[in-house]
Amino acid sequence: MPVPEHLEFFIDPSRCIGCESCVQACSECDTHRGHSMIHLEYVERSRTTQTTPVICMHCDSPTCAEVCPADAIKRTEDGVVQSARKPRCIACSNCVLACPFGVPKMKSDLELMMKCDMCYDRSSVGKKPMCASVCPSQALFFGAREEIERLRKRSAAVNRFRFGNQTVTTKVNMMVPRDARPEYVDVAAAMEEDSLGGDIMLNVLST
Amino acid sequence: MATLPAEKLQIIQEYGPHGAFMSGIRLDPGVEPDRIVKTHCCFCGQQCGIQLKVKDEQVIGFEPWLEFPFNRGMLCPKGVKRYLQDSHPDRLLNAVERDASVPSGFKPIEYEAAIRRVAEAIKRIQNEHGPDSFAILTGASLTTEKAYLIGKFARMALRTANIDYNGRLCMVSAAAGNKKAFGIDRAANPWSDIPKSEVVWISGANVGECAPITTDYVWQARENGAKIIVVDPRITPIARTCDLFLPVKPGRDAALFNGILHLMIEHDWIDHAFIERHTVGFDAVAASVKEWTPQKTADVTGIAVKAIQRAAEWWGTAKSSFLMHARGIEHHAHGVQNVLGAINIVLASGRIGREGGGYATITGQGNGQGGREHGQKCDQLPGARDISNPEHRAFICKVWGIEEADLPKAGVDAYEIIRQIDRGEIRGLISICFNPQVSLPDNNFVSQALDKLEFYAAIDFFLNETAQHADIVLPGSLHEEDEGTVTQLEGRVIKINKAVDCPGEARQDWKIIQDIAHTLGREHGLTFASPAEIFDELRIASKGGVADYSGITYEKIEKQFGVFWPCPSDDHPGTPRLFEPGSWNPVAKGSGPFYFPDGKARFNIAQYRPPVEDTDAEYPLMLTTGRVVSHFLSGSQTRRIGPLVEQYPEPRIELHPRLAEQHGIADNDWVTAETRRGDTTLRAMVVTTIRPDTIFIPYHWPGRKSANQLTNSAQDPISKIPEYKACAVRIRRAQGPPDWEAELEPQQ
Repeated sequence: MPVPEHLEFFIDPSRCIGCESCVQACSECDTHRGHSMIHLEYVERSRTTQTTPVICMHCDSPTCAEVCPADAIKRTEDGVVQSARKPRCIACSNCVLACPFGVPKMKSDLELMMKCDMCYDRSSVGKKPMCASVCPSQALFFGAREEIERLRKRSAAVNRFRFGNQTVTTKVNMMVPRDARPEYVDVAAAMEEDSLGGDIMLNVLST
Repeated sequence: MATLPAEKLQIIQEYGPHGAFMSGIRLDPGVEPDRIVKTHCCFCGQQCGIQLKVKDEQVIGFEPWLEFPFNRGMLCPKGVKRYLQDSHPDRLLNAVERDASVPSGFKPIEYEAAIRRVAEAIKRIQNEHGPDSFAILTGASLTTEKAYLIGKFARMALRTANIDYNGRLCMVSAAAGNKKAFGIDRAANPWSDIPKSEVVWISGANVGECAPITTDYVWQARENGAKIIVVDPRITPIARTCDLFLPVKPGRDAALFNGILHLMIEHDWIDHAFIERHTVGFDAVAASVKEWTPQKTADVTGIAVKAIQRAAEWWGTAKSSFLMHARGIEHHAHGVQNVLGAINIVLASGRIGREGGGYATITGQGNGQGGREHGQKCDQLPGARDISNPEHRAFICKVWGIEEADLPKAGVDAYEIIRQIDRGEIRGLISICFNPQVSLPDNNFVSQALDKLEFYAAIDFFLNETAQHADIVLPGSLHEEDEGTVTQLEGRVIKINKAVDCPGEARQDWKIIQDIAHTLGREHGLTFASPAEIFDELRIASKGGVADYSGITYEKIEKQFGVFWPCPSDDHPGTPRLFEPGSWNPVAKGSGPFYFPDGKARFNIAQYRPPVEDTDAEYPLMLTTGRVVSHFLSGSQTRRIGPLVEQYPEPRIELHPRLAEQHGIADNDWVTAETRRGDTTLRAMVVTTIRPDTIFIPYHWPGRKSANQLTNSAQDPISKIPEYKACAVRIRRAQGPPDWEAELEPQQ
């Protein structure tokens, strides 16, 4: 069964608390039991507790599939980009190197690329993926667009990303401030920005 | 004799901690569970709903419980991996007795023989030295039924005054402050009030790591337009994107609250009508904060004047709000004063007892709330009754069928029990659900005291670091091997359900306690056949008390997804929000919403004093301690769950780069932190997210990695909570790794 069309994935890094609940729960899903597919990144721990969970963005034109010489990576009709197919994957790591979001993992012991498949055994029957079910801050949210629009009044969903000259459109959405909603998220520019919140007055130590 | 019976490494080799990982059937994706059991997490006070999957009498995984309203399926990493504590290689499957002639220090003993040894030791020690010479240390992760039973066992079977619990290290400052101000000790509001607030004030609570599910409530408030104010010496994950961060110097919280109240009064941001109608004591408190000008507050707290002013304005002018705090303001020798300061700014605002008028402490332990209500505290009887109150004593004696003269008086607190052991006044000890060797401050002193015990019996499912000193260890039950109730941080009574049987010779804890009573020949009142029977008596014993459970049943809990106490009758739905206008309680009897005879809340002067051990030329920095997200308390469970150990393997010393530079310390270098009580050498974590005059060490590890070698055992004079959050420390770059580095795995 396909993932129901009205259910979508939304990521809000401003909510992330770095608890790694998503990382721990990911390995409990039956499609990749024992293997966690999520990357939980500290942006720059020496300066901030900012973390961000990286799941597969499920691109409309997945770069990983485009560069695969063995045609092992398939995007199902519902837009989910699946893990490499075992009989085809030649463990060449092209996908790992090419993915602009850095998602696929090469499991060298299995000679197989594995990646987030949105917990296909769960999402394809209308259940939330494991990470979005457990996420304590709901930085990872899986549900209807109307629901998140009702709940998250400050934010808006964007699903276009710019990496240099490459623009990627994805099935998964990124929440951005509603009052300064960009047309796309410029990933390279974001890497140079100060990741600290502006208003929290880090400069107020009186000592 | 309670020195370790064998080399530490050999005990560890046999009994752990070893990390358990997914393996065998737990890795098999095709397995259909035999059953799925709705229950709750075994860790913190939020008590998230969870479903455990059971196959072949083993817990093999979990399934989110989306319908449980508090967490709606959400779990932190501890909850996700908690199932790995079941069928664990370190699990105690039989009773053991110390024997220095075997390499691991302990050898198996038949359960009945072990119980006989315990009973004989109790008799001998009490005959020689009196009933109070035998003490009990318990814990707030036990179900309320077990807590009630052990309180009764101490008073009726052991007739000792000396029973206290590890909530003494956790919730008692909040409890004492709440009782002084409100006459009742419970969160005033359900968490569903948080998103309805214009301002959320979080003081001394690392919400993202210690109460992760609460994060979603706070973020939802922000989505609804709320401003979030966080007060902490560190920019914790919840502070990172808050609207106003007040980087308080450890131990200065009362000063900050007094400074805020000063500004509220100066700008007339107070609710005169509420203060007049529902409180007493405002004028004296107002006079006491006169001296707390913004400049003085800034000088004491280390927070800039403009930030204090902005916080006061946001708090003072809000129409709705929620103030929450946790151990950060409570773990001080002036913890109760800090709590009273927080309550004063809530009462002055008039925003309590209604939707969008919230106040709560974020209770720490699984049954931190229920475990502090029904008689395992040294000064307390069931129903949150006072053991020194003649009417309360008479009521409980009637329920228990004993003469008032036979009910012991108040005993001493948990740390004083350790001191009395050291002085030879207490000669025997039973501990359950408490690992003071890791969790008490100045724990080198704790080791010294434990070595003086004539007899020590521990009840546990793993051989924790304190139990390594025991003469007899009785194999108790894991959370998933028993049923009963706990009361989570909102005051919601919920039901823990049994998923699997105890393995081997292990027993449910309440059976072990009753077996000891029976063998002592003092089983009167301790012959319950099930937790449900204990709960039924607890309902009667709590009736008419402040913490009234008499209308709560297991069935009602299941039907309503929990019942908020007080619930004084069968047809009562429970009380999610306290202090609502017109509400009735057994103390005020209709004269007002607060739990005093006049129905009014109390303002209390919050007296500021610096930490007992402040900085000086020799020890120029503050040490503060706390938790990390993947571990819980003394780590007895989480240091045995492999994926949680991998997430945060070993303690590190957090320090600011400015401080690091002064000492030539780079990130990941070995650093020695030293106080007047002890030292530890750990790796540095150099981050700008901490005050430059403060270092932080998480406390979940034992032995030479333990932060509590360094902490101060100074206690609050009212609550007796130790001062974990502030003591004077100095640091230096270490020449190399400590001796243990080559010998111990991270979790050991």
